[in-house]
Amino acid sequence: MLGFAQLFASRLVKAAAILIAIVVMNFFLVHAAPGDPAMVMAGEAGAADEKFVAQLRQQFGLDRPIYEQLGTYVGKVVQGDLGYSYRQQRPVWDILAERLPATLVLTLTAFVLALAAGVALGTLAAVAVGTWADSAITVIALLAYATPIYWIGLMLSLLFSIQLGWLPAFGYETVGAGYTGLAHAADVAAHLVLPVITLALFYMAGYARLTRASMLEVRSLDFVKTAKAKGLPQRRIVTRHVLRNAILPVITVAGIQAGQLVGGSILIETVFAWPGIGRLAFEAVLQRDYQVLLGIFLVTSVMVILFNILTDILYGLVDPRIQVSQ
Amino acid sequence: MMKSDFWRAFARNKGAVLGLVILIAIVALAAFASFLFPGDPWEMATAPFQPPLSEDALLGSDMLGRDIASGIAHGARVSLLIGLTSTAAALAIGVTLGALAGFHGGRIDDAIMRFTELFQTIPNFVLAVVLVAIFTPSLTTIVAAIAIVSWPPLARLARAEFLSLRTREFVQAAITTGQSNTTIILRQILPNSLSPIIVSASLMVATAILLESSLSFLGLGDPNAMSWGYMIGAARTVIRQAWWMSVFPGLAIVLTVLALNLVGEGLNDALNPKLARSRG
Repeated sequence: MLGFAQLFASRLVKAAAILIAIVVMNFFLVHAAPGDPAMVMAGEAGAADEKFVAQLRQQFGLDRPIYEQLGTYVGKVVQGDLGYSYRQQRPVWDILAERLPATLVLTLTAFVLALAAGVALGTLAAVAVGTWADSAITVIALLAYATPIYWIGLMLSLLFSIQLGWLPAFGYETVGAGYTGLAHAADVAAHLVLPVITLALFYMAGYARLTRASMLEVRSLDFVKTAKAKGLPQRRIVTRHVLRNAILPVITVAGIQAGQLVGGSILIETVFAWPGIGRLAFEAVLQRDYQVLLGIFLVTSVMVILFNILTDILYGLVDPRIQVSQ
Repeated sequence: MMKSDFWRAFARNKGAVLGLVILIAIVALAAFASFLFPGDPWEMATAPFQPPLSEDALLGSDMLGRDIASGIAHGARVSLLIGLTSTAAALAIGVTLGALAGFHGGRIDDAIMRFTELFQTIPNFVLAVVLVAIFTPSLTTIVAAIAIVSWPPLARLARAEFLSLRTREFVQAAITTGQSNTTIILRQILPNSLSPIIVSASLMVATAILLESSLSFLGLGDPNAMSWGYMIGAARTVIRQAWWMSVFPGLAIVLTVLALNLVGEGLNDALNPKLARSRG
């Protein structure tokens, strides 16, 4: 288990370093925002007289040297203080915390679905290589790769909720229905279907293509021939020998793409009015609420780092070599 | 001789030929947009909410009576322009950093790769949104933001190429004959690592077009340039009454990106014949 623990520890150190770099970057973005922060804040608060601005400058330490300001900023972020939104008259962290669960549910479900369905379809295509099923999966993957996800979302809601009326087109729950317990869970799940499928589709296509290519490569390796020679059943060779090895590059890519998945939730939540961080980002863009926008940048970066750690754990669970070193 | 080999390999991939045909059609549409659809695409051309196949609007009109077909033709310019320029900018950043990392190795390599990793971890679309929002939307900020979030894969690719080519005899010979590092990087190694870079760049144009359309969908497009993402974003709220306003611009994006991806795969087959043959 030592090998895995060491790997994990080194990943944590790296994650911390990346996090610090992102916080520093965020600080400079705050400063790059048009006008000086005090002016921006004063503008957002709806008052721009000289005295108020000077008072704000002093209050936020904007008259201090830049490195000192950076120190103060990092100190605040560490304590969970991400600034104050004058548009909403609330601390940024409070606004984000309220929206975070919805986004976590959406992105995690989509991530798991994309990975599971992608690997399953890719395996199917590799086993049936050259048949119509293989071609169909390849063509669908190619199309899914070329289609903007927000447009897929619009088209799916046009078909399944506007035309067919099967699924709700937007929101998190039926407003005013007053469901409780299981009925409430079912209601939220129904609202989740379209956003999750839309978000997962693009990545599913990628993972399917990758699984297919990777399986075809592993299939020709010697240990698979040995397994065949031993007379193992086909199903066992595919699942235990080929897939287990072929899945490793898929997990690596899934980890790298986690960032895009989280970013994609901005578009999906905007299309489906899903009340998460992404929808908040859209609102912040409309209102030019930079404090909230930069808070979102920080929080989504942390989410990506967590996704990466998650895929590392997954990798450790699947890779036989790491288990051997127990 | 080289050229005809290239075309034969490219043409063997039927999808790539189809992609090239679509791409040429889209480039022509962009080039002749002002001729085919004279007049400002932002101006009211007919009555609002005209369905497709109407008398004066082939693909219908939007909620302000603007011609959808005209918007698509003029939007093709913006998409292609932003796709190409932001890829060029991403190439400049990515290949420079990757070349330096791969050529020098050691501490420089370490530092550059850490930097690259940082940019690969950051959710790139979120960063693009933040950058464009803060520096106000315009063609320049959009191109810059797309380049800033897209260069890391190119840097990794260039680094890998440079790492493997650096130890080859012709590079060693160039070092022994006392050529400067700049000369060796630009004259010896770069030309030999171009094919995989060209393939990635062609795919990156497609990604850049998708990114631009996503930004303008969120209302972060250049306010003076008609674009496909903007058209879909603006029509989103009336999709229940008027499907055509979102469907046609979306199809334009799908066709363009699909064509670029197909051409990219064809280029891959033609430029990396060994890889192509070993594929399943």
